[in-house]
Amino acid sequence: MDAREHFHALLDSLRPLLRADEGFTLDYRAEDSEFVRFNRAQVRQAGQVRQIFATLALYLGERHARFELSLTGTAGEDRARLCHALERLRAVVPALAPDPYLRLNREPWRSESAEPGTMPDNTVVIGQIVDAGAGLDLVGIYAAGPQYQGFASSWGALGWHAASSFNVDWSLFHANGQAVKSAYAGQHWDASTFARRMASAREQLEYLGRPALTLAPGDYRAYLAPAALDEILDLLSGSFSAQALASGASPLQRLFAGSARLSPLLTLDERIAGGLAPAFTGEGPRQDLRLLAGGLPGERLVGSRSAAEYGLTANGAGAHEHPLSPVMAGGDLDEGDILSRLDTGLYIGNLWYLNFSDRPAGRLTGMTRFATFWVENGRLQAPVNTMRFDDSVFSFLGPHLEALTREPETILPAGTYGARQSGSRTLPGALLGRFTLTL
Amino acid sequence: MFESASELSHHFAALRSRADFWSLRHVRELGEHYRVRRSVALPPAFGDDSGAMLTARIAGVEAYAATSDLTQAGLQAALERAEHLARALAGHALLEVRELPVPTGAADDVAPGYERPLDGPAHWFEVLGAESTRVPRDARLVDWSAGLGVHCVEQIYLNSAGACLRRAQRFVYPALSVTASDGHDSQTRSLGGFNFGQQGGAEVVDRLGLVGAAPRIADEALQLLLAPNTPSGPLDLLLMPDQMVLQIHESIGHPLELDRILGDERNYAGTSFVRLEDFGRYQYGSPLLDVTFDPGRPEELASYRHDDDGTPAQREYLIRRGILQRPLGGALSQLRSGLPGVANSRACSWNRAPIDRMANLNVEPGDRSLAQLIGGIERGILMSTNRSWSIDDARNKFQFGCEWGQLIENGELKGVVKNPNYRGISAHFWRNLAAVGDASTVEVLGTPYCGKGEPNQAVRVGHASPACVFKNIDVFGGAA
Repeated sequence: MDAREHFHALLDSLRPLLRADEGFTLDYRAEDSEFVRFNRAQVRQAGQVRQIFATLALYLGERHARFELSLTGTAGEDRARLCHALERLRAVVPALAPDPYLRLNREPWRSESAEPGTMPDNTVVIGQIVDAGAGLDLVGIYAAGPQYQGFASSWGALGWHAASSFNVDWSLFHANGQAVKSAYAGQHWDASTFARRMASAREQLEYLGRPALTLAPGDYRAYLAPAALDEILDLLSGSFSAQALASGASPLQRLFAGSARLSPLLTLDERIAGGLAPAFTGEGPRQDLRLLAGGLPGERLVGSRSAAEYGLTANGAGAHEHPLSPVMAGGDLDEGDILSRLDTGLYIGNLWYLNFSDRPAGRLTGMTRFATFWVENGRLQAPVNTMRFDDSVFSFLGPHLEALTREPETILPAGTYGARQSGSRTLPGALLGRFTLTL
Repeated sequence: MFESASELSHHFAALRSRADFWSLRHVRELGEHYRVRRSVALPPAFGDDSGAMLTARIAGVEAYAATSDLTQAGLQAALERAEHLARALAGHALLEVRELPVPTGAADDVAPGYERPLDGPAHWFEVLGAESTRVPRDARLVDWSAGLGVHCVEQIYLNSAGACLRRAQRFVYPALSVTASDGHDSQTRSLGGFNFGQQGGAEVVDRLGLVGAAPRIADEALQLLLAPNTPSGPLDLLLMPDQMVLQIHESIGHPLELDRILGDERNYAGTSFVRLEDFGRYQYGSPLLDVTFDPGRPEELASYRHDDDGTPAQREYLIRRGILQRPLGGALSQLRSGLPGVANSRACSWNRAPIDRMANLNVEPGDRSLAQLIGGIERGILMSTNRSWSIDDARNKFQFGCEWGQLIENGELKGVVKNPNYRGISAHFWRNLAAVGDASTVEVLGTPYCGKGEPNQAVRVGHASPACVFKNIDVFGGAA
């Protein structure tokens, strides 16, 4: 059955079951995914996953609970499963305490989008990847296929988002253990674009063959490529949450409290258009929001629960209050000038395994990984062995942020925990006057 | 229990295939989550997830297809997709698995107490609500939470060689945390949560000591808010079990995963500083270090009789008297490497394929009481309860942080310090192991969030450990 029809069939079967004093929301997530792992430029493991999950929430006045269930895609069986979930909820909800922070969006909003992609048969793509990797030590994953998200409520809300996409996320390893990471993601597979990206990775691999440098801990000038800045923004993604800011859990709490500052070069928006995430969450339609304005704190991401608890106004953020498609404004650094403006220091292609050294102080730690080079007098000199940084965002993205690249790059997530991750981050590269390495 | 077993067996017997070998792994997971935050009960969440992975082996090439459609037609279609893919991979496959042995036995592996019912939502909301209200009223206590997660998982493995392996387990995750903030700094103290989970029932909540703990946890959060930062410099380091689990996990567990050493994970989770030729000879730690793969401790998260490929599981030493013995590698990795391994081929659910994972990975107890461990330190620091972890892709250079620090001077515990962090290199760190706590210091802990694999998988792993002392470690605090 077509996914949209399946979703509507579920709604059609659910509505008549509801009693007059009951309300519901139904969240729907499905995907039909190809997963192909590669090691040494051959297929290590391959398979397909067809999964459909729905989360039914039942509301009885201010009492509510939810039930997540897997579905089969066949109408009769799924109707029975949904009915069973409803009965389970009915057995629990009346005895719950009223929820003082329930402020459900009961507007009858609608949002619908479909972004069909064009992808060749997976065996064709496998052949292209294996051929392109011939003679190379290629390792990575190809993930592709359609994904569907739906949301509906008994108060007339209806959201639907369908998109087909692919994501090849791969590394080329040099015999010395150094590696360069690449990705090709989108909705319309183009063999020549993939070939160009592979050629670019091969070119970088040649630099990695030079003897690697081991740096001493200390302060260095550094350039963070967009993929490296993406790791930092990923760790900071909870920073704008209204709940995190109110409960001492945000690493940007000192920024929002006015006791710490970020560089005026930083402007960050949560932007729906072009973001590849649905234009709605379970809280309703999303909104474009300015999270950082010239280094100053902007909007918080406020879900309805936080709005009720802390006296704020909800702004369409999902229950987790994370940005789904943030866009950082570019600066005045041309791509061709990165090495000359860096002059002498580190070119960091990626960062890895970030965490907090001191969260309230915005202090982070993490590792360099993939294509990190030592640069002298504006010229690449040698790859650098893995180094640990430990520094505060209020320093390296504060007074020590010198420039951002002119053209931000859109990065699509390769994450697949439970399901293929949607959304995107659009980021420039960042030139830093000081970045502290510790190990 | 195993409600769908009969129907599933019937469907499996009726599958038609031209594959040389095929298997079905069905997983059903029921979940329930209760949480009280700032003395307000959050809406409970329940779950019922079931599906199956079909695997086909044709001319030495394997492929899989997973589906939540468990009808005869749904399973048949999935098997045909797996077969089609296995044929399409001919000529592109890295591995030839014709020689990989297939399980043939039948066994039921039902965790002790599995069939004993747990109390329902009303009981747990009462317990958690009471604990939440025990947090003292203090404007600096800005957030607190008490929660409980319960997951019942049943798995049925069937294959064309006649195997029928069934497993039923219940996992319990109690948690309590309190955050204190003065508007500038924030400190959180927790009990349980992401580093504590066990198999069992209500007794797991008792073992954690959740009931009645809130005033102490709140007081410790306030102590941390007022405490000085951890000093910087080399100190002797006493790690309590709720930090040892993280240290074991990141700097012994992951580096010993054989698929990492064989290169499968280099694009995501990473590689390892350990080489194939190191097994049997490498000095991983001091002679005090004994590490086991132990699937037999009933309450530990990853206790089982067979792994997800059907290999029988048994206790093995991975490190003995400091010398590396064998890797964490399942049957396939053993075939690829020629090394002995363990039964650790595991998947997070029906929609992900088994790969080499940690399971129960334990440091064996030594002979020192906690008082003796503290008494043997002239200038050092005790660290407890992991809160931050970061390690390089070869699992060597690490930096870890804890919630709670307490200085040790001349064999005695002294003042509390906040933001206790330390850093080191795995290849050297374990050689600094200077004292190992006895059985009285051992705690059985674990996490449901061990991430790895492409596509990504988060699995449950168990770690039991005593408290341990490490000499001369680089320790430091937070921002001034």
